[in-house]
Amino acid sequence: MRKILAAGAAALVLMAGAAQAEPVKIGVITTLSGGGAGLGIDMRDAFELAVRQSGNGEIELVVEDDAQKPELAVQIAEKMIQSDKVDLMTGIIWSNLAMAVIPNAVAQDIIYLSPNAGPSALAGANCHPNYFNVAYQNDNFHEAMGEYDNKDYKKTFILAPNYPAGKDALTGFKRYYKGDLAGEVYTQVGQTDYAAEIAEIRASGADSVYFFLPGGMGIAFMKQYAQSGVDIPVTGPGFSFSQDVLPAIGDAALGVKNSGTWAKDLDNAANKAFVEAFSKEYGRLPSIYAAQSWDTANLILSALGKASVKDKDAFRAALKEADFASVRGKFKFNRNNHPIQDIYVTEVVKEGDVLTNRIIDTAFTDHGDAYADQCAM
Amino acid sequence: MSLALLIEQLLNGLQLGVMLFLIAAGLTLIFGVMGLINLAHGSLYMVGAFACASVAAATGSFWIGLVASLAASAAAGALMEITVIRRLYARDHLDQVLATFALILVFSEGTRWLFGSFPLYLDIPPALQGAVALPGGGQYPLYRLAIIGVGVLVAAGLYLLIGRTRLGMRIRAGETDREMIAALGVDIRALYTLVFALGAALAGLAGALVGALQSVQVGMGEPALILAFVVIVIGGIGSIKGALVGAVLVGLVDTMGRFLLPKLLALTLPATQAGPVGAALASMLIYILMALILAFRPSGLFSARS
Repeated sequence: MRKILAAGAAALVLMAGAAQAEPVKIGVITTLSGGGAGLGIDMRDAFELAVRQSGNGEIELVVEDDAQKPELAVQIAEKMIQSDKVDLMTGIIWSNLAMAVIPNAVAQDIIYLSPNAGPSALAGANCHPNYFNVAYQNDNFHEAMGEYDNKDYKKTFILAPNYPAGKDALTGFKRYYKGDLAGEVYTQVGQTDYAAEIAEIRASGADSVYFFLPGGMGIAFMKQYAQSGVDIPVTGPGFSFSQDVLPAIGDAALGVKNSGTWAKDLDNAANKAFVEAFSKEYGRLPSIYAAQSWDTANLILSALGKASVKDKDAFRAALKEADFASVRGKFKFNRNNHPIQDIYVTEVVKEGDVLTNRIIDTAFTDHGDAYADQCAM
Repeated sequence: MSLALLIEQLLNGLQLGVMLFLIAAGLTLIFGVMGLINLAHGSLYMVGAFACASVAAATGSFWIGLVASLAASAAAGALMEITVIRRLYARDHLDQVLATFALILVFSEGTRWLFGSFPLYLDIPPALQGAVALPGGGQYPLYRLAIIGVGVLVAAGLYLLIGRTRLGMRIRAGETDREMIAALGVDIRALYTLVFALGAALAGLAGALVGALQSVQVGMGEPALILAFVVIVIGGIGSIKGALVGAVLVGLVDTMGRFLLPKLLALTLPATQAGPVGAALASMLIYILMALILAFRPSGLFSARS
């Protein structure tokens, strides 16, 4: 009997030790080449920095480039699950890639934490205990801007790329926007010439334009819009005016209002430390993709301190607690494992020579998403 | 739909076509003369854009940047020809595709190493800022009109170069019979390098012009390259005239499709579906056009080698 007790105690000691520093393998699939690379690189850099700063030497990252191609992302995910035997996965930027990878990965009992994409199809009836979204549900930023635009505009022309996040974007905007629509246009993903769409905007009689075009798409649109002679004001989600694209858009973005859950001037200790550490390490300001990724890494680190990644139930419960210092201030998970958080309106300003965003208003407090009720978890 | 909108969209189609022509002309010239499929042509387009953006940022002048883009892409093209491409002329197309695909990777990663992954800033020169009035009450960006002008000049210049000069005569002779022209004492190696550099310079020019409108970033060349291949397949591989007609056709079909298809579908479908479905169909339109032309004229509209 004493032997059994002693063995039990020894096992407990071992387990407690394991919970502190067991080897953990995290698969990071993100976009590191092509037109969307800026977003993925910010994601990866912030994640690596957070892991380095934690001093946890047992975390091993397997980072792979998906080149913004769904078929490639699926192959990489299979490889990470089957041969690298990763414990957790994260990193995907684009919703069409997320849709291709996440349902399959979580079905194989891999916990996936999204640092960016939040397609509506995975937030409602198809929610999954292994899928945590640390960023947002896709509709969120657009809902906020739809609500805010009610103040100034009555007839808006809306524009987004033709993929899951683009459709979620305009659905979200329309959910809160009460004015009329002067037009609703879907462009190709990766499109670089917007002359045809700008011509339609000019002819539409709109009093404002709302566009969701992340990465290089937004740069191209804004530059062409500025040259077109159309002087209808634009608004957008933070993705269209985030730190990764502002330098390339230039002064055309100055004064544009956009929505987001984070800005570099958000006043909390975690955010100050993050902005300082990121700028010092990489010599540039972080974007919202970096902020979300930083939070994802810190959420994982907080859960690793509470439970073993091998004990899925305990680890999921530890993640769900969201017991970490978010750079966004308040953060908790909804029943569908998507965030409940504040959403702000920011304005593009110039600090010295650098274009960046400054918070000017709060659009929503403790905002969840429209699909959580359909989630059976 | 007003007349002004229609005119503006037609000009947009023409401008896109002219842009595609600048890229496709070099591609088809190289194929016509050397029989080489150069997948790395899009990389030369990227080199032009990056050269223009970095020189313009350093000197403050878009025009110096434009000259730099021509020089840099022509030099990159000549270097590429002398070090790699020259060994590929006698090989079959599969080897050429493999080697030039490798060059895409080398150029992309090299550019990323030099300039980083974030897009560079390149603005339109002050003289071409803003919009001009169109007949019918519309407005059109001056810079896009200037691009159409450049395209027309380049098309005329290429026509004169190939039809009226000694160099053009050699290029045509090289297309017809490369052994014979070498036997007649023409330095065929130098001619090939020259043609390659010329094609590269045209791609670089296109990259610089487009860079001011879009974003200058790694990987910008490949989408343009795919469209350029559609253009030369439609126009007839190796034919400059075919490249011009094909480019304008693709530009117009693509622009008008994106503009009109969602509107046509809105007549039968509910508005929420007409947008995405129309956009999806419009993005297929030029490939449908290519398939139709391949079905009825397998060698393209103006094949140089029929």
